[in-house]
Amino acid sequence: MLNFDHAASTPTASDVIRTMAEVMEEHSGNPSSIHRGGEAASRLLERSREVCAAAIGGVKPTEIIFTSGATESNNLAIKGMMLGRKDRKTHIVTTAIEHASVYESCQQLEELGFEATYVKPEADGIVSLEAVLAAVREDTALVSVMHVNNETGAVQPIAQIGQQLKKLHPRVRFHVDGVQGFSQLSLDLNKAGIDLYSLSAHKISGPRGVGILYVREGVRLFPLFSGGGQENGLRAGTENVAAIVGAAKAFRLAAEGRTQRAKKMNALREMVTAEVNRHAGLRLTEPEQSSPHIIHFTFSGLKSQVILNALEELGVQVSAQSACSAKTEKPSRVLSAMGRGHEEAISGIRISLGDEHGQSEIRELVKVIGSAVERLAPLEGRKR
Amino acid sequence: MKKYDYLLLRFGEVTLKGRNRARFEKAAVEHVRALMRPYPDAKIRREFGRIYVDPGSENVETLIPILQNVFGMTSLSPVRAVQPELDEIIRAAGELIESMELDRETTFKTNVRRVWKDFPHSSQESNPLVATPLLKRFSLLKVDVRNPELELRVEIRDKAAYVYGEVIPGVGGFPLGTNGKALLLLSGGIDSPVAGWSALRRGLELECIHFHSYPFTSEKAKEKVVDLAQGLAEYAGKVRLHIVPFTEVQTSFTQMGQDNLMITLMRRAMLRIATKVAEREKALALVTGESLGQVASQTLPSMNVIERATELPILRPLVMTDKDEIIRLSRKIGTYETSILPYEDCCTLFVPKSPTTNPNLRIVNKIEAVTPNLERLIEEAAAGTETIELLAGGARLRREAAEAEAAIKQDWF
Repeated sequence: MLNFDHAASTPTASDVIRTMAEVMEEHSGNPSSIHRGGEAASRLLERSREVCAAAIGGVKPTEIIFTSGATESNNLAIKGMMLGRKDRKTHIVTTAIEHASVYESCQQLEELGFEATYVKPEADGIVSLEAVLAAVREDTALVSVMHVNNETGAVQPIAQIGQQLKKLHPRVRFHVDGVQGFSQLSLDLNKAGIDLYSLSAHKISGPRGVGILYVREGVRLFPLFSGGGQENGLRAGTENVAAIVGAAKAFRLAAEGRTQRAKKMNALREMVTAEVNRHAGLRLTEPEQSSPHIIHFTFSGLKSQVILNALEELGVQVSAQSACSAKTEKPSRVLSAMGRGHEEAISGIRISLGDEHGQSEIRELVKVIGSAVERLAPLEGRKR
Repeated sequence: MKKYDYLLLRFGEVTLKGRNRARFEKAAVEHVRALMRPYPDAKIRREFGRIYVDPGSENVETLIPILQNVFGMTSLSPVRAVQPELDEIIRAAGELIESMELDRETTFKTNVRRVWKDFPHSSQESNPLVATPLLKRFSLLKVDVRNPELELRVEIRDKAAYVYGEVIPGVGGFPLGTNGKALLLLSGGIDSPVAGWSALRRGLELECIHFHSYPFTSEKAKEKVVDLAQGLAEYAGKVRLHIVPFTEVQTSFTQMGQDNLMITLMRRAMLRIATKVAEREKALALVTGESLGQVASQTLPSMNVIERATELPILRPLVMTDKDEIIRLSRKIGTYETSILPYEDCCTLFVPKSPTTNPNLRIVNKIEAVTPNLERLIEEAAAGTETIELLAGGARLRREAAEAEAAIKQDWF
């Protein structure tokens, strides 16, 4: 079985597994303890923080908060920014295509009396700078826009949004969900005026259960967990030291290999898009700028699940929508926001590439797509 | 191709003229050498009151912020060195301006100096010869000889012509150590590292002394002070840190039933021990981070009584500086984050609720006279001092050693 669902999760790198096993074996101290065991654990944690800060680039170790994953990072960024505010700013600007952890955090806040504007993307899945800026109001406290859309791979104009926000609304904070972009595209957090930035380790060959929230110095958040004051008081709970060390290694490797990886994946991506374009029934989603590792298309009229099943039968795993909403039968929120009709919005397929893929895997994938489409096309025709 | 060939370090006229010149130059070169120790590929050359650093395989951008800390240096510039021929100079200048990626109109002038008199054009003649082709090539450049945003400088010497545009200010002061050696009382706080940096900048060579009251103060508190001294070593190239076992002296005062004088007695004992160490290490003064009125021991009456415990001059670089400014400097020199780590130092131990701000010298003298074995304990503390030598770039090595001791492997990261 070949797996092309790396935007959902990646296989953990073997070096990362080895590191974690060794750390677990040799260090069982709680970083908050003041004896030697605790001291060693605390050193591991702080060193991991430095490695992660260097991997992100241009940020300080003290600005890195370890969380249980990007879902928690996004929740902390958004709710932490809005809850417990002393001023009267109650408005959030985000987009209609955010990951559920952002989208639903905003919806939850709406239930509590906050207001949110969900900016729609253009037809190609990219939100426009102008639309985001137009949504900012006097009482806007936070703008949250993802770097790379997890479903279509569309790259959002983060740097331009951040720069304009700093210029026109310097007091509005800017959060970026960087989960899908980190291993593919470089992003200068300072130049892009980013105050809060979420990452996930398991999307970049690290372990599940570790995320990062970058919190720019001076930005204050209301903690969602109370307890032992870990992570600068922003995230109580004993740190998962072994996983954090493994994650730090994974983030470093992801950042170091970024240029090479993107180059390689772009070449592989072209092989897949050429195949998709060969079939009249398939419609490639073509944002003006797309992350190298995601290929998205629709097969109008056929439910994603059917296409998925057909591909899986032929030995290839891909995904419909994002992993977090893959099990629902509803049309994709992202595709609907892009103005796609029901028939298309239920038929999205996402292929996402990983480090272990090379030409031979892609040739196999292309072959399987060909056979599956040949098999399904008549059905689609009958249905129409 | 390399964008720059050298870093050019300039020193003020004041420091490098007169009889002290040779000594100052030597001190500055030695300081540069010490700062470049972690970068063995960088080569250092002294010429006409200037220092040239050839970065070798090192990155110029990495070296600039480090060399900015050469004390006594007024400014530095990354320069291109080319054959002293007009065509070569114009080509190098063109490449330099191209690398700046101008995106708006920029005012500009050239400043050509002919030092090598065999060069066929005088300084006067050379300016338009260099400027004209550049103005033709870069339409965004506009001449302004009075107040240009970009001053392209060319210095023509017999072996090479140096071309540069950027002048980065240095921290000034006097070359390191040219004003002698002093001993810094280094606590774990915000002020003393800043005082240390100010002293270094003013041409003092520094050793540091710290008072450690184990087990009342933790290993972490000691480590924090080593980190702060390491921070100073990054500026000085080398710093020695003397750690005094202070527990016995400190606890001897707690028996005296004079809690409100505790700090006065402690500070005086510190000065006595520091004086002994200073004499042993041939330091001519003590340096402290005291700032007038900041805490009970830093009121004028307290300083008056405390200072009488030593005959050495006490230098207080921050005595008239406000806390905000001290914090700003602390951030600038990079010690702030360490200073605010919450480990107790010995000054916060056994401290009464209301320490006196106006100690009585007569009473203090009396208590000291009857404190059992005080003189002997002070002798022992001074003699029992542990000394650590810290070198620029040593932070990483020290940490790796500590990590190895904590069974942390480097290849995990």
